[in-house]
Amino acid sequence: MSTVVWIDKGKIVRPNAIEYGSDMFTQFHGLESAPHLAAVRAWVNDGTIENADEESVKARRMVATPEEQLARAEFALAWHLSQAGNNEAAERHYVRAGELSPFDWTIRRGSMPIRGQNPMGPEFFEFAKEWDAAGKPGYESEAAKRAG
Amino acid sequence: MSETAFTLIDESRAIETVARITDGDVTLSPDAVRTALGWELKPAGLCQGDVCIPVRDDRIAESGIDLTVLAKALGRPLALDAEQGAAALGASADDRRAQFDSLDAPDFELPDLTGALHKLSDYSDKKVLLIAYASW
Repeated sequence: MSTVVWIDKGKIVRPNAIEYGSDMFTQFHGLESAPHLAAVRAWVNDGTIENADEESVKARRMVATPEEQLARAEFALAWHLSQAGNNEAAERHYVRAGELSPFDWTIRRGSMPIRGQNPMGPEFFEFAKEWDAAGKPGYESEAAKRAG
Repeated sequence: MSETAFTLIDESRAIETVARITDGDVTLSPDAVRTALGWELKPAGLCQGDVCIPVRDDRIAESGIDLTVLAKALGRPLALDAEQGAAALGASADDRRAQFDSLDAPDFELPDLTGALHKLSDYSDKKVLLIAYASW
């Protein structure tokens, strides 16, 4: 997965969104690369950018909820415990982080190799099934958000 | 009750301090809170620079500050494992939102494939398409 943010002279003019430069995994995540690539070309070539006013950019930004921020704190604690070799205690906090933010890929999939799981293996496909059934949260296209 | 070693992770920074741990509750001395987090106990409450958070319990100077109460007073999420002597204080959702209100891209520095460092601010007069991805 790739997250893209557009910055012009130090200001965010398009908030972070999941975008792809090819259609290699479109069947899996449902996002096509063409609208993103066309928008980048227009921005680079002639400076055109849709809905770059401050209010529109702020309305589309992804800001974490209190539960998601707590999940990140749980993940930080789990990582610390993993680093200290205390895997049993760490596991409790990885699980708690995943419960608090169930579709955070960094928490769910990113923790798999640390926890001795295969990020391309059965645990990942279980997670992907949950995420798909929930409507692929986080993968709403930026173009669709701009269109409202 | 004696004090024991305790690790407090302040966002990504791990701080080694001491705490009293009783039945799952973690208490830090005002001195430990000042050293670890920069909040100092004053008559107006816990203060950092010009900002003070009222703390109503007069016994704090002697008995210390409960870490869960402290996190709540600061409005920050707390992940706690008293048994393991460690906790992580995260950033509050409100603070994160406030950081984005200006729409100024926060500066950072990262190495390229040759090890040369690049700051985002090195490109402050240009358009930047910043792509972050995970290879898992």
